[in-house]
Amino acid sequence: MIGLAQTPVVQMKGITKRFGHVVANSQVDLTVYQGEILSLLGENGSGKTTLMNMLSGIYFPDEGQIFVGGREVTIASPKDAFDLHIGMIHQHFKLVDVFTAVENIALGLEGKLVLDKREVAARVKEICDKYGFDVDPNQKVYSMSVSQKQTLEIVKVLYRGADILILDEPTAVLTPQETDKLFAVLRNMKADGKSVIIITHKLHEVMSVSDRVAVLRKGEYIGDVPTAETSPQELTNMMVGRQVSLNIDRPAPKDPKPRLEVRGLNITDSAGVRILKDVSFTANSGEILGIAGISGCGQKELLEAIAGLQSVDKGSSILYLDPATGAQEQIIGQNPKKIRDMGIALSFVPEDRLGMGLVGDMNIPANMMLKTYGEGHGLLVNRKAPRDLAEEVVEQLEVVTPDVFTPVRKLSGGNVQKILVGRELASHPSVLMTAYAVRGLDINTSYAIYDLLNQQKAQGCAVIYVGEDLDVLLELCDRILVLCSGEVNGILDGPSATKEQVGLLMTNLQKGGADHG
Amino acid sequence: MAKTTATKSPLIRIAKREDISRPKAWLIRIAAILIALLVDGLIIFAIVHLNPVAVYQAMFSGAFGTARRGWITLRDAGILLCIGIGLAPAFKMKFWNLGAEGQILVGGIATAGCMIYLGGRLPAPLLLLVMAVASIAAGAVWGLIPAAAKARWDTNESLFTLMLNYVAIQLTSYAVARWENPFGSNTVGVINQNTQAGWFPKLFGQTYGLNLLLALILMLAMFVYLNYTKHGYEIAVAGESHNTARYAGINMTKVYLRTMVISGAICGFTGFIAVAGSSHTISTSTAGGRGFTAIIVAWLSKFNPFVMVLISMLLAFLGSGATEIASRYNLNDYAAQMIEGVILFFILGSEFFINYRLIFRGKEERAA
Repeated sequence: MIGLAQTPVVQMKGITKRFGHVVANSQVDLTVYQGEILSLLGENGSGKTTLMNMLSGIYFPDEGQIFVGGREVTIASPKDAFDLHIGMIHQHFKLVDVFTAVENIALGLEGKLVLDKREVAARVKEICDKYGFDVDPNQKVYSMSVSQKQTLEIVKVLYRGADILILDEPTAVLTPQETDKLFAVLRNMKADGKSVIIITHKLHEVMSVSDRVAVLRKGEYIGDVPTAETSPQELTNMMVGRQVSLNIDRPAPKDPKPRLEVRGLNITDSAGVRILKDVSFTANSGEILGIAGISGCGQKELLEAIAGLQSVDKGSSILYLDPATGAQEQIIGQNPKKIRDMGIALSFVPEDRLGMGLVGDMNIPANMMLKTYGEGHGLLVNRKAPRDLAEEVVEQLEVVTPDVFTPVRKLSGGNVQKILVGRELASHPSVLMTAYAVRGLDINTSYAIYDLLNQQKAQGCAVIYVGEDLDVLLELCDRILVLCSGEVNGILDGPSATKEQVGLLMTNLQKGGADHG
Repeated sequence: MAKTTATKSPLIRIAKREDISRPKAWLIRIAAILIALLVDGLIIFAIVHLNPVAVYQAMFSGAFGTARRGWITLRDAGILLCIGIGLAPAFKMKFWNLGAEGQILVGGIATAGCMIYLGGRLPAPLLLLVMAVASIAAGAVWGLIPAAAKARWDTNESLFTLMLNYVAIQLTSYAVARWENPFGSNTVGVINQNTQAGWFPKLFGQTYGLNLLLALILMLAMFVYLNYTKHGYEIAVAGESHNTARYAGINMTKVYLRTMVISGAICGFTGFIAVAGSSHTISTSTAGGRGFTAIIVAWLSKFNPFVMVLISMLLAFLGSGATEIASRYNLNDYAAQMIEGVILFFILGSEFFINYRLIFRGKEERAA
């Protein structure tokens, strides 16, 4: 370790924060040293973001003290945090789309009445050169990729003089290559004497980038260890509080037969941009087909097209092959209700759980009947069946809720997902599509979801799994289809594929060389 | 490096309440009304130098002082309740129907037209039935137009429904000009004063008995419709998230059209009650702003028809009371409206304290 590492720049002592009856942080002590990269590790809901929000002035602690540079301070607003040279890059970027990079950086700065953009641009360039960022000062934010936006957020914080940077799950939206680039920049900042706190729950990133790991569990500080002296298994045990196996099962596909044939699927949006180009593949029964790709390369549209939620170009074809009768049915041009009426049990766990898959303000039974409320004759809805189903899902999937009549919005992310998945599995799907099924879920819930997917696979369901974590895709899926700029850039065999292969296919379009299997 | 040196927490912090018990919420609401009365008292005393208690007594006697006054207050509450019921499904669907005024007016025109042209030619029950159907149809059309435009071209329903109010007012002016009686008065006068054809019959010996009965039937029907029917479920889903509705296979166009037909129809039917059951005439002030006041009824009740009864009662009471103090103390209408305004302000403001709590410095421990 470098010599500076033992100078504490931030000390949080006895920090407690409550939201109503929920204790988000309880008596947390955390020290950050100068010139180190500290990983703040913990499952979802363990209070990592809350703790950092108190350092960056978003929340104010109920109890405890914060020392910066050895002096006790009050951080009552983000401005106070900036005055103390603390800057935070949030998960959801706070940028103005129609402004350029420079305009976004200058936004909210104190100074002269007339804004000298050239001066700002010059300093931005200086920062970029120093740490190895790649930012075009005059590019508008709406034309930036997610990774560019994140870079801009970091530059913005550095521009304001931050010496202590907090990054909230910065890699959640990045490809492996972009992640490597980010980590290189973080190491440059560390070399410059800045302190970096990175919030994450991905163990391999913790291992590769940080000097020290601090672990939170259920709002409590479990401890910290130097990264060099620990292992992913030890960190997992600290994070979860007991021994957890990190292997995902992948039973061999049982009697796979074509269930869904997508041929020549094209989607053009209203602005004339082609979202999907000539996508063709087959999803088989009894296997899990993974779909990989950087965010926004057409995964969402692909799944929604199959679910009957997305209009497609003429000539596209999605055939459903009925396992019982062998009949082929065209799904294109149908809506979800018509697909159900055709007798196709197609389940879809969308990315936006509360905005699409569930109704947040409704209780569990009301959400259970979202797709079945129209069944039966008469004007009134049948309330008994969904209530029974709700009780069943809560019991079998171990949903933590006061009772079934709690609005699902009030439940934690993992429990919300269990309810959504529970409902979708209850219809005994022959095709099951999931989009980012474990995003934001803790390890236990994630593994519970993988088990459920494997169960469906064993029952002969064709499972389509859109994921972002390549490690999981590689361990769980029988085949992996890689999308790149709306095209099928290759379909790999799950057990033999490597992370590098997938990462390369995600970013480099292989003209004509793709294997359209 | 830091400007902040003192280590103290902010004086007041706002925190979202998790779950507030129902009695506590009502306690806050009642407290709000009491504080409003206190503030009103100060205003009354400071500006017009009257004894607030006497003024409140006057308000009460204006609303409930005699049986007749009581019935008029109930009648007004009934009309507000009906409009609130009409608005509820639209608002629950997040379709901002600001066009109740117009929907009431067209319903009223249809009613008055039937009374004028068919009065005496049809037996009384049949005439009332025709009037009801005509008013419902007129209101339904007035609700359907903005919904169809929204579904087809995604127009802004707030502006559209608001504009249709002006169209309805002009239509009413036209109808008044045509049906002027006596000639040159520029009013329609009381329609069928002698024959009372098309007037609501007395029910249980009460002039406004039928008004209240209809309002109560509507209230129960809407409660069942919103909470127990497939349509009601679709409205709830559609109001919460369009994407979820699409995902569930709900046809949004159909739900928009159907719900706005119902919303407009009920408001049109309220026009029927207002004309045939109360004023027996039609004018541009037949709706009288109640199409907007009823928005408060619908929202404050969170679309629960039973709570709507309470709120329309309160608003009708304030209205009657305000008129009484204006005439008794020879104040102009604005003074009465100020009192009304303060009370509404505090009631609406109390919702903030029901959803959030304030934490004062040093009180964290106890609050938690």
